[in-house]
Amino acid sequence: MGKLTIGCFASLVGSLNLDFTLKLAGAALDKGHKVDLWVSGNGTMLSIKDQRAFKDYSSLAKPLQELMEKGLNITACEACAEARGYNKDNTMEGVKRHSMDWYLASTFDADRVLHIGGE
Amino acid sequence: MATTTKLGFIVQRPPYKSENPKLALTHAIASQSVEVYLEDDDIVTCDVAFIGDGILNCIKDQKSQETYDLSSTESHVKMGLLCDLNILVCKEDLDKFGMTESDIVMDAEEFGADVTIQVVPYDAITKMMEEMNHLLFF
Repeated sequence: MGKLTIGCFASLVGSLNLDFTLKLAGAALDKGHKVDLWVSGNGTMLSIKDQRAFKDYSSLAKPLQELMEKGLNITACEACAEARGYNKDNTMEGVKRHSMDWYLASTFDADRVLHIGGE
Repeated sequence: MATTTKLGFIVQRPPYKSENPKLALTHAIASQSVEVYLEDDDIVTCDVAFIGDGILNCIKDQKSQETYDLSSTESHVKMGLLCDLNILVCKEDLDKFGMTESDIVMDAEEFGADVTIQVVPYDAITKMMEEMNHLLFF
């Protein structure tokens, strides 16, 4: 099985790129692949805990939790998160926070890298 | 055995309209510290190419510090040069905007950088892209 590294820089609300990212990560995990997900820029919004689900907005806390239980390795850019006021205390359990070199290191042994830019 | 993974950062978007170009540069610069996660002698290298509207990131004398109290994309380009990143700018896209090398940042001598920006035809950027293991579009 292979390793897929995905970097997503798009926001949780206002774009469906994070929705697509989690669908893709789920499909890869279901096929037995290892998946690293890096969220940076506005993408760090995905890491916040206590997201409230509304029908009109993307709500990814639950699917993200399910993917982490399946083995998804997700890390948020610490600087991007802190700049937005997303601190360690309001980060969803299981989401790691590191500097940008983590993303580059993840690409090192990845079979494929899919970079999904921000808005 | 030491292994190198080559990443190509392709910047197509203009500065300040979005965060993407600056994030491309900060991520590329992060290659300087990636070894903390890797085995001895394994490395990740990052080449950066500015194409299309992305070349506007390299304009000289940006005033974001005065206007927005924000570090400029220009300073990030210079930091990339200080970190010895291979930074390419598309010649045809410079021509398209009526710009020349004198309009863009070409070096970072004041920071002590040894390398300079290379203004090259798009063919050279295509060749660089073919040599990379992975491409990241910003």
